[in-house]
Amino acid sequence: MSINFSPHPGAAPFARRAFAQASMEARLLLRNGEQLLLALVIPLLVLIAGNVALSRTNVSLTDSPINVLTPGVLALAVMSTSFTSVAIATGFERRAGLLRRLAVSPLSRSGLLAGKMGAVLIVQVVQFAVIAVVALSLGWRPSAVGCVLMVPLLLLGTFSFASLGLLLAGTMRAEATLAMANLINVLLMVGGAIVLPASLFGESFDWVRFLPSAALGDAMRAALLHGAVAWGAVLTLTLWGVAGAAAVARWFKWD
Amino acid sequence: MTDVLKVSDVVVTYGDKLALDHLSLRVSQGAITAIVGPNGAGKSTLLDVCEGVRTPDAGEVRVLGLDPRAERSSLLPLLGVQLQNGGVWSTARAEEMLRHIAALHAHPQPLAPLIERLGLGDCGRTPYRRLSGGQQQRLGLAMALVGRPELVILDEPTAGMDPVVRRETWDILRDLRRDGVSVIITTHYLDEAERLADAVHMLDRGQLVASGSPTHLIDQWCPDGGTLEDVFFAVTRRREAS
Repeated sequence: MSINFSPHPGAAPFARRAFAQASMEARLLLRNGEQLLLALVIPLLVLIAGNVALSRTNVSLTDSPINVLTPGVLALAVMSTSFTSVAIATGFERRAGLLRRLAVSPLSRSGLLAGKMGAVLIVQVVQFAVIAVVALSLGWRPSAVGCVLMVPLLLLGTFSFASLGLLLAGTMRAEATLAMANLINVLLMVGGAIVLPASLFGESFDWVRFLPSAALGDAMRAALLHGAVAWGAVLTLTLWGVAGAAAVARWFKWD
Repeated sequence: MTDVLKVSDVVVTYGDKLALDHLSLRVSQGAITAIVGPNGAGKSTLLDVCEGVRTPDAGEVRVLGLDPRAERSSLLPLLGVQLQNGGVWSTARAEEMLRHIAALHAHPQPLAPLIERLGLGDCGRTPYRRLSGGQQQRLGLAMALVGRPELVILDEPTAGMDPVVRRETWDILRDLRRDGVSVIITTHYLDEAERLADAVHMLDRGQLVASGSPTHLIDQWCPDGGTLEDVFFAVTRRREAS
């Protein structure tokens, strides 16, 4: 079959390129079983098991276990997808030469980053919907104002954790990125005050609240429990994001 | 004839190693131009510089009249690039990947005829990691062509292909030339360069050591008759002797 190869070049509009990249990355993220585990199964297990455990213990909480747990579990979902999934996927994309290939396409660097953020947000909307439905069935009653505040917090958390994930992926080998991203995810999930508030860790662990995990967890809890903005936590999370983005711009290697 | 690529006195170093050593060359519009040379000659580095992925330490590069670094966003839509290997998500299906690259372009080729022409019809739903080496190469070529580029840059496009598919690929490259697309290929196969290319640039240790049409090079270096491979050995022997 003969094809007319006569040149007719041009880039698609930016929005179309970014959307194409986001939908492709989201499809591939959800197709990967390990990513799906990180995205849905682990947060749901933490939510259900945590609710059962807290209901049977005498931990001093300011509200019902499910109302305290759910904002933290939503924050955990953001961290798992924006940090761990992005780091692992980008690390292997870099090793496979995919970033090198996309770097010579009309996508552009900003299109690639917008696409990655878009893919993460698509996955997170699915995560939030599933976690919210399960939590509501377990008796979760969020603040109405908090549900609105949750949107900018989701965007800020995505920006901050995706910056840190890209920093890891752009500076380490793919295998090292895989190991480190999973290790950091587990450490922050267990000891990073993301699911439960830093105040439960005791005074000697007060510094924990300056971790990005605790900052997002505290901000989500303030919003969904009290309909308030935890400005200190928001500032901490923003600083992590800005520092991560600056480090990505400086040290990220594309091939 | 207009130049689609003009490289002037370009130097690229990796640490202590000189990858491109004051290299200057030109590539004409509408021609198939082969960049040949042994491993480490600087072929892939030259392509990196032309694609704006690497900044030269010195010298000037113009691709389609544009600076590959400063005018990157204007240049990239005009190019169709095939990497030596990889460049695809391992879990992406062949047709899905091609559709994705097509979506980045304003006037992409219709996919069905391109898939058929490239012989990818049987593996459209196969994940990239399960494609044979030859199929991966053909997908890479399809990705380079789908945006209807003015200039196609192919890094060893026929490596790993069986002889039948290799010749089919040559026919596609000739069709590109017929339709006015400029083609730059790197290759280790000197018979490929001899049969296919209008112009050949021979690199060795980052320097241009011979340049011209295959016929011209053979007449110049092997006046008693020979092949491009004989020219290559004659040129490198002379360099080693000096």
